[in-house]
Amino acid sequence: MFEFINVLQNQTFMQNAVIVGLLASVACGVMGTYVVTRRIVFISGGISHTVLGGMGAAYYYGFNPTHGAFVVAIIAALLIGFVSLRYHQHEDTLIGALWAVGMAVGILFIYKTPGYNVDLMSYLFGNILMVKRESILFVACLDLVVISLVIVFYKRFLAVCFDEEYSRLQGVSVESTYLLLLCLVAVTVVMLIQVVGIILVIALLTLPAATARYFAPSLGKMMILASLFGAVFTTSGLVISYKQDIPSGATIIVVAGLAYIIATVIKGLTSRFRSYNKK
Amino acid sequence: MNKTVIEIRNVDFAYDDILVLKDITLTVEEGNFLGIVGPNGSGKTTLLKLILGLIHPLRGSIRVFGQAPERARPSIGYVPQYAEIDSSFPISVMDVVLMGRLGKAPLIGRYRKIDREMAEEALKEVEIYEIRDNRFGTLSGGQRQRVLMARALVGRPEMLLLDEPTASIDGRVEQDIYELLKRLNEKATIILVSHDLGFISTYVNQVACVNRSLVCNPIEHVTSDVIKACYGGPVHMIKHKCEL
Repeated sequence: MFEFINVLQNQTFMQNAVIVGLLASVACGVMGTYVVTRRIVFISGGISHTVLGGMGAAYYYGFNPTHGAFVVAIIAALLIGFVSLRYHQHEDTLIGALWAVGMAVGILFIYKTPGYNVDLMSYLFGNILMVKRESILFVACLDLVVISLVIVFYKRFLAVCFDEEYSRLQGVSVESTYLLLLCLVAVTVVMLIQVVGIILVIALLTLPAATARYFAPSLGKMMILASLFGAVFTTSGLVISYKQDIPSGATIIVVAGLAYIIATVIKGLTSRFRSYNKK
Repeated sequence: MNKTVIEIRNVDFAYDDILVLKDITLTVEEGNFLGIVGPNGSGKTTLLKLILGLIHPLRGSIRVFGQAPERARPSIGYVPQYAEIDSSFPISVMDVVLMGRLGKAPLIGRYRKIDREMAEEALKEVEIYEIRDNRFGTLSGGQRQRVLMARALVGRPEMLLLDEPTASIDGRVEQDIYELLKRLNEKATIILVSHDLGFISTYVNQVACVNRSLVCNPIEHVTSDVIKACYGGPVHMIKHKCEL
């Protein structure tokens, strides 16, 4: 632990990693709460995997892959949102197809790019220790966008997630609210890819929120709790991965997964204990 | 002569190719308490959704308060089946009720003080003000039903539409809910869907039997023959009426 603090004080790469992890946790907790309660985990998975196509294309044409990821994430969110609204019956098949094709396109672009293909692994599994200073600013801006839009549209998002039909009766445009929500999920996915990579993004988006759900009485409190959990998982994952010299993204996810399992067991035991006491 | 609030004329409705409602004609006057009954899958909920303008008829016309259904929505309070609502969603009773003000509150930002006051008033009206901070999912069936009723009332509707308000609620609580509706009927027209004729006959003054087609009668004209024709067989309502 002291060793880690020492590195944190002296090494910018570790400072960057911790800061990006903490910043991403905020959006992760807020949007993860919507993903879990609105049950759009699969849709979010579709968005995040399609993003590899954008990263690959940007890499091939010499742009910043993160910017390519951002553009494609928004396109994927709108496309998948449209599919889920319009072709609800075939939703999972169509999203599954986009998911795979997006990844395949990304792999082809990366393969065709001259030079080392070492980046593929870091896109897929993340490399938070390679995060640069300018990424911090980028992630902070995205955080600001996500949080301010959620504050502005809070009651509308809450209504549409809880009871879509009733929101429609209240004159709310359910479709545009839903698409905006998916775009914010897409923005969050781009932030989280920096931390754990494309493959593991869904776990980081859902596990803190799913853990928070056991303890939170309202959506707002669930968001705050999920963000705190996200911060704890990413930071402790970083500490452990540094100490054991193992991949950071995977360690973060294992920590989050273990916490979720422990929370599930605790919740199960307490509710059983309570019903036993009632008898 | 009372004002007509709903006028449905020769309406057909189909999901894909399956005709669910055929040649429906129904008039509801202001202040009525209409019970829509019929077997499961007979098109009762579909009829409610047509009145709300959530779906549109294949043929025929629907006027609500003399307007197209979509435009009449601000005057209607809708109480959906509570079983269809996600009970694991982390939301407080107050926040559910505030949803009823969504259309009238500002587009962005928080609900105003007046919205909260009206929500509190609605909670008091259905006698669940004390549990306003509880989580919706932890409530009993009867309490959840009241929360959804408060949400419908908070917009001060002239008409209430309820879909199976007493499904999976025990008899005692069911009676309480009907007593509450009877009180609300003094201020609003009520349309209630039920698959069960149980208590309905004591409270409603008009019965519509739906089974693809619709037969509507004032309550005093509802005989066992009418019911038989609708359900295709005798039903326990006849027994219930004898007990009265």
